[in-house]
Amino acid sequence: MSAKATFSIKNGPTFEGYSFGADKSVAGEAVFTTSLVGYPESMTDPSYCGQILVFTQPLIGNYGVPSGEARDQFNLLRYFESPHVHVVGIIVAEYAYEHSHWTAVESLANWCQREGVAAVTGVDTREVIQYLREQGSSLGRITVENQESADYLDPMSTNLVARVTTKQPYYVKALEPKCNVALIDCGVKENIVRSLVARGANVTVVPYDYRIQDIASEFDGIFISNGPGNPTFCEVTVNNLKELMQDEKLVDLPIFGICLGHQLLALAAGAKTHKLKYGNRAHNIPAMDLTTGQCHITSQNHGYAIDESSLPSGWKPYFINLNDQSNEGMIHLTRPIFSTQFHPEAKGGPEDTAVLFDKYFHNIDEYKVKKQANLKLAAAPVTIKVEQLATERVF
Amino acid sequence: MSTIYSSTEPTISTFNSPHYNPQLVEGVESVLIVGSGGLAIGQAGEFDYSGSQAIKALKEANKQTILINPNIATNQTSHSLADKIYYIPVTPEYITYVIERERPDAILLTFGGQTALNCGVALDRMGVLQKYNIKVLGTPIRTLELTEDRELFAQALQEINIPIANSIACETLDEALSAADEVGYPIIVRSAYALGGLGSGFANNAKELKELASQSLSLAPQILVEKSLKGWKEVEYEVVRDRVGNCITVCNMENLDPLGVHTGDSIVFAPSQTLSDEEYHMLRSAAIKIIRHLGVIGECNVQYALQPDGLDYRVIEVNARLSRSSALASKATGYPLAYTAAKIGLGYTLPELPNPITKTTVANFEPSLDYIVAKVPKWDLSKFQYVNREIGSAMKSVGEVMAIGRNFEEAYQKALRQVDPSLLGFQGSDEFGDKLDEALSVATDRRALAVGQALLHENYTVERVHELTHIDSWFLHKCMNIVNMYKKLEAVNSLEALDKQLLQDAKKKGFSDKQIALSINKNSDANVHELDVRKVRKSFGIIPFVKRIDTLAAEFPANTNYLYTTYNATKNDVEFTDKGMLVLGSGVYRIGSSVEFDWCAVNTAKTLRGEGKKTVMINYNPETVSTDFDEVDRLYFEELSFERVMDIYELENSEGCVISVGGQLPQNIALKLHENGCNTLGTSPVDIDSAENRHKFSSILDSINVGQPEWSELTSVSEAKKFANKVSYPVLIRPSYVLSGAAMNVIHNEDELEDKLTLASAVSPDHPVVMSKFIEGAEEIDVDAVAYKGEVLVHAISEHVENAGVHSGDATLILPPQHLSEKIKKELKEIADKVAHAWKITGPFNMQIIKDGEDLKVIECNIRASRSFPFVSKVLGVNFIEIAVRAFLGGEKVPKPVDLMSKKYDYVATKCPQFSFTRLAGADPFLGVEMASTGEVASFGKDEIESYWTAMQSTMNFHVPLPPNGILFGGDLNKPFLGEVISTISSLGFNFYVANEAAKQYLEKYTKDPVSVIEFPKNDKRGLREVFQKYDIKLVFNLASKRADHTLDEDYVMRRNAIDFAIPLFNEPQTSKLFARALKANIAEKIRVLDSKDVVVPSEVRSWEEFVGFKPV
Repeated sequence: MSAKATFSIKNGPTFEGYSFGADKSVAGEAVFTTSLVGYPESMTDPSYCGQILVFTQPLIGNYGVPSGEARDQFNLLRYFESPHVHVVGIIVAEYAYEHSHWTAVESLANWCQREGVAAVTGVDTREVIQYLREQGSSLGRITVENQESADYLDPMSTNLVARVTTKQPYYVKALEPKCNVALIDCGVKENIVRSLVARGANVTVVPYDYRIQDIASEFDGIFISNGPGNPTFCEVTVNNLKELMQDEKLVDLPIFGICLGHQLLALAAGAKTHKLKYGNRAHNIPAMDLTTGQCHITSQNHGYAIDESSLPSGWKPYFINLNDQSNEGMIHLTRPIFSTQFHPEAKGGPEDTAVLFDKYFHNIDEYKVKKQANLKLAAAPVTIKVEQLATERVF
Repeated sequence: MSTIYSSTEPTISTFNSPHYNPQLVEGVESVLIVGSGGLAIGQAGEFDYSGSQAIKALKEANKQTILINPNIATNQTSHSLADKIYYIPVTPEYITYVIERERPDAILLTFGGQTALNCGVALDRMGVLQKYNIKVLGTPIRTLELTEDRELFAQALQEINIPIANSIACETLDEALSAADEVGYPIIVRSAYALGGLGSGFANNAKELKELASQSLSLAPQILVEKSLKGWKEVEYEVVRDRVGNCITVCNMENLDPLGVHTGDSIVFAPSQTLSDEEYHMLRSAAIKIIRHLGVIGECNVQYALQPDGLDYRVIEVNARLSRSSALASKATGYPLAYTAAKIGLGYTLPELPNPITKTTVANFEPSLDYIVAKVPKWDLSKFQYVNREIGSAMKSVGEVMAIGRNFEEAYQKALRQVDPSLLGFQGSDEFGDKLDEALSVATDRRALAVGQALLHENYTVERVHELTHIDSWFLHKCMNIVNMYKKLEAVNSLEALDKQLLQDAKKKGFSDKQIALSINKNSDANVHELDVRKVRKSFGIIPFVKRIDTLAAEFPANTNYLYTTYNATKNDVEFTDKGMLVLGSGVYRIGSSVEFDWCAVNTAKTLRGEGKKTVMINYNPETVSTDFDEVDRLYFEELSFERVMDIYELENSEGCVISVGGQLPQNIALKLHENGCNTLGTSPVDIDSAENRHKFSSILDSINVGQPEWSELTSVSEAKKFANKVSYPVLIRPSYVLSGAAMNVIHNEDELEDKLTLASAVSPDHPVVMSKFIEGAEEIDVDAVAYKGEVLVHAISEHVENAGVHSGDATLILPPQHLSEKIKKELKEIADKVAHAWKITGPFNMQIIKDGEDLKVIECNIRASRSFPFVSKVLGVNFIEIAVRAFLGGEKVPKPVDLMSKKYDYVATKCPQFSFTRLAGADPFLGVEMASTGEVASFGKDEIESYWTAMQSTMNFHVPLPPNGILFGGDLNKPFLGEVISTISSLGFNFYVANEAAKQYLEKYTKDPVSVIEFPKNDKRGLREVFQKYDIKLVFNLASKRADHTLDEDYVMRRNAIDFAIPLFNEPQTSKLFARALKANIAEKIRVLDSKDVVVPSEVRSWEEFVGFKPV
C-alpha cells in the first residue's frame, strides 16, 4: 500500500487517505468540481493554479493520462489545456490503480508524480464537499506521511495570472487564415486558441499585461482569456482594456472574453466583482441566454463573479445562472463586445455554447467589411511582427 | 410541422423568476394514457413506473386522466392515480372504443412502451386522432414514425451528418442475402417496429442469416441488414428536450458487455467509466443534435456503438419514448424523467420546472453522480426446455437489479447478490468445465460467472479475459481487486486472526459478512458463520454509512429521501430519528414474482403513511413504483439480504418490519430477522416457517383435520418408491421453500423417481424430501385472505380454468367463482378459518386448494401476500393490503370480518397469464408445474365468457381469428378435448387443418366441417411459414398430453412455430374449450363491429368503476 496522507481544511476537519501522487506536502485553496469526466483537462487548466481540487466523481484515473506531447494539425496540444498541471493537489474517493484507454500513455499517479502534484485517495469526498459548501471557500493542505506539512497558503492573495501567462507573445497560424485575432493570455486554455484557429483566425497571444491598446488596430478581434484567481490583481489588464474600449477609432472592434476575461472586461467597463461562497466548478450548470431565452448547459470554473447590478449603462446581462442566479455574461448594447463567465470552449464539459465563437467570428466578418470602408483603419501600420514570434507558450 | 404548441420560441420564463409564464397546451382537460399491458420480456415493470409518474404529473396539473391498461397488478391502474381505468386490450381497435366513449382532449403515447407507441402510430394512420381531434402530447407522431422506420431514420441522421450503422432494408430473404453480401459478414439483422430487439440477431454466414431472416420476416414486413460492430463499446444517453428546444442529457450509461448483447441483457454502469471527456461529450453533443433534429418533445434515448480504440462511433438506436433505460436512468440519477417528460408534454419548458428533488434549482440541468450504479439483468432461462441460452441482439432477461456504491466493487457485488441471493457476490462457477473459453467468448446468461471462474480460480489474466470477452480491461482490473481481496481473506485462518483493517477493506470492496465468513473457512478448518463476522464487525465499529442521492453531488443542500449505504465513507448524510416502519419490497422481477408484489409494497407504505407512521422502503428494483422518490419517507435502494436489512433496521431504530408483502424473497430472511431481534409485523416468522417447511405444514394440516393429498416425508430412495407405489404415480417431490415451482417435480414412473432422487437432489436423512400424490384432472382454487390474530377478516375465492397440474402462476383465474356450490364455498371458508387459526395468522395469506370430486385438498399455503392480491382487491373493490396493514397495526382500526364471497356480483373478472415464449427462441410453449408466464392481464365482463374474451385479447399480440381464417389442430387424440373444441367452433366459417391423417379421422367424428391434412415440413422453418401463410392459419390448438422428448416432435414444432409466427396458441384443454365457447359467442358481434362504418362500442368496453358500481381506491 502506498504512503498514508491527510487532507486538512483550515479551521476544519482532517481526512485520512493514501497518497498516489508526488511524495510531497502542499497547500492551496480547496475547491471542488462536480464534473464526471475530464480530469486531465481540469488539471492542466491554468485557472486551477494553486488549488487543491476535490472531485465529487468518486472514481478517478480510470482512463489514465494521454500524451502531453501529442499535437493537432495547428501544433496545439492534442489532449491538454496547457503543457503542465496547475493544481497543486487532487483529492479523490477512489483512484483507479489500473487504467484502460487507447489514448493513455501513463497512469494518473505517474503523471502526478512527474508533475509534482500531491494526490490523495480514499477520502469521503462527499463529506468534504458538504463541508466546503457550508463553510465556503477554504484553504486546505495535503500532508504526505513522513513529509513535513506545508503551511496554509492563500493563492488568491497573490497574482496567479502573472504566473501562468505566457512570458512573451506567441503566434498560432490558421490553416486557411481569414482574420487575425489578438488574445490576452491570463492563463488561456488550449482549446480556446484551437476554437479560434480552427475557425480561421491567426492568433497572436500576448501576455496579460501587454499594452493591447497599442496594437489593437492591427487586429480583426480581441480576445481575453480565462485565468486563475482574483480579477482585481489584473489592474494593469483592466486599465489596458479601459483605454482600448475608450478608443473611438475602435468602437467597432469585436471583443470576446471568457471567465476571468469576462470579469476583467466587466471591471474595465466599470462593473464590480465579488468572491462567490464556494465558486462554480462543474459541467452541468444551466445558463440562460437572456436575449433569446434559450438555456444551455455550461462548463464552469470560477470563484469570482461580477455584480450584475453594477453593470454600467450601455451594457446588459447576457446570460444568467439558473442555479444561483449569478451573472454568466454581458453584452454591449451597441458595440460587438460580449463575454461569458462560463466556458464555451468546453474541454472538459459540454459543447453547447461553442456557437458563441461563431457569433464572435460573425462580428469579425462585419468588422472587416467596415474596416475596408475605413481607410485609416485599413492602413494601420503593422508593429507586431507575428512571423518572428514564438509558436507556443513562453515560460 | 404542425404543432399543438402555440409557440416554439424560448422565453425567459423560469419557475422561480417574476417572468414565470408557462404557455401550456390549450383546451386539454382530459388525457388518455395508453399503458403497456401484461409484463413480458422486453416490456415490463418499467412502464408501470413511468406511467405512474406521468399520471402524477398530469394530476398535479389538474387534468382528468383516463388509463387503458389490462395489467391489473400495476400501481398505475389504481384510482389513487388515474381517474378512469379500463382493463381492456391495448390495441388500436379498443383504444378507439374508449376514445368514442370518453372523448379525451389529448393522448399520451410515450409512457406505455413500444405497444403504446405502435398503437399511436396506427391510430394516426387510421385517422382516429384527426377524427376525434385529439392532441398528441409531447413528441409528435411524425417523429415517432421517423425513429421507428429505419430507412427514414437513417435518412434523417444523414441530413445532420451523424453516422449510423449502414443498414439495408429488405422485405424478402433473397434481398437480405444480397444485402449481407454487400455489407459483409458478420451482420446483424433488425426488424422494424421491434420490441426490445425482437426478431433481431447476428449472422456470421448465409446459413445463419437464412434461419434468422425467415423468423424475423414472419414477425415484421421489413428487416434491416447491417454490418456488425461486435466488440465496440456500447453507450447510451438519456436526453430530454422541451418544445422550445432546450436540451439536457440526464444520464449516460456504459455497458460492461460490449456491443452484440442487447442493452436489456447487458450489465450496465452509470455514469460511463471508461470514456474520456472527448468521447463523453462527442456522444453527448451528437445526442442533442439528433433529438433537436428529430423534434422530440419529452424524453428520448440514444444508443451508440463507440470504437474501443478511436473516435469513430455509430448510432444504433433512438427510442423517442420512455424506456427501460430511462427508468434505470431515473433511478440511477434521482431525476424523474417520466414526470418531467409528462410536464413537457403539457407545454412546460425545462427552466419552468423545478428540480423535483431539490425543489430550489431548475429541472434544466444535468445530474452529477457521486457514486456508481450497476445494473445486472435477471434471466430465468433454466425454467424452459430447449431454450437457447446465448444472449445477443434479442432480449431474454425478465428483470433487472440496480445497485449503488461508491466504487465499482461495492456496486457490482451488491448487484450480483441482488440478482441471485444464492451468490456471494463476484464469484466463479465450476459448471463450465473445459468449455470456459467458449463461455467467455460467447455471451450467455452465465457469463458473469465465467469471468469470475476465469479470474478467481483458473488464473486467467485480465488480458486473456479481455481478448475473449472484449470487456474493457478497466472493468476486469476492478474484478481483480475483488479476486485479490478473496485471496487475502482466504489466507486468514480464523475469525480471531481477522484484523480490523482487512475487514474494513473487505467491506469497502463490497464483501458481505457471509462472503467473508466463507472465505475464512475456505483454507482452514474454521467454521465461521455470517453472524460471527457481523458481531466482530460491529465490535470494531465497522457499520455502513448512509448517503443520499441528490442529483447534484452535494453541491447544494437537498433534503431527499433517496438513500443507499456504503462502507466507502466517513459520514452519514441523514440522522436517524424517525423510527420508521420498514417495508421490504420484492426485489428483482422474475418469473413468479413481479409487479403484483410492488403493488403490495406500495399499498403497504401508503396505508402505513395514512396511519401516521413513518415508512422506510427497502428495494433494489429500478422498474418499480415502490422505489419512486415520493412513495415513502425514506427509500433505501439496497439489498434485501439479512445483513443489509438488519443494518438498516438498527441504524433507523426502526419500530417494526413488514416482511409479508414482497413475495418470497423477504419471507426467506424473516425467521433470521426475527431471531436476531427484529420486530416483524404480522404472523410470527416461527409460524410462517412451519408453513414453509413441508413436513411441519402437512403435519399441522393433518392435526386440524384439513384435507390434503396423501403425503410423506422420506429419507431414502427405497422409502420413496414404496410410497409412490402406494399412492400411485404421478407423484410430486419437493424441497422446502419453494418459489414459483423451482425444484418441484412431477414424477410419472419409478425410473424418473430414481433419477431425480439420486442425481438431482440426493435424498438422505439430512436432506429429506416431501412427496405427495399428484392429483390430475381436478379443479384448482386459489384462496386469498387476510386474518387478524387467527380470525379471517376477508377472503376471496378464485377458480382456476386449467386443471391442477398447471402452475397457479400460469393459471387463468376467474373471480367471483362461477362453478362452485354454496357448500364448497362454505367449506373453503372453513378451511381458511382453520388455517388462520392454526398458524395464528395476522396479515395476508394464500392457499391453493384442489377440488377432487367433492373433496377439498390444500396443496399449498403461503403466509404472505400472493401474486393474486392486486387482482382480488381490484375485482372485489376491497384493498386486501390495506386490511392486512390494519391487522399488522392492531387496535381499533382493524376492520370487522366480512364475507365477501357471500355477496352477489353482477360482473366477472378473468385473469390470464402473459407469456414471453416469442422471446425465448426454441423454448417449448408447454405448461406444467414450472411457472413460465412473465406477467398477467385481467378484464371484466358481464359473465365468464365476456371477461375471458376480453382478457385473452388483452394478452400481447393476440389477434382474434376471423372466418374464413384457418385453424390448426394437433395433440393428444386419446382424449376428447380437441373434439370438444372443434365441435364448439364448427359451422362458424373457419377452415380446419391438421398435420396428419389420424388427427383428421379423429376430428371428423366431432365436426361436419371439412378437416384437411396439410404439409408439415418439421425441420424447414421457412417452408412451414409458407404453409401457414398458404392456409391462412391464424389460430393453433395443440393439446399434447406431455412435453416433447425432442425438437422434431410434431407437437413441439407446431407449438413453437405458432409462437414464432406470432399466431395465437392454445396448449391446454380447459382454456382451449373456454376460448372456443368465447369465439362462438362473440364472433358474429366482432365481425359486425369491425365491419361497421360507425364506431360501435362493444359491451365489454366499460370502465372499472362502471363494472364494480363504485370507485375503489
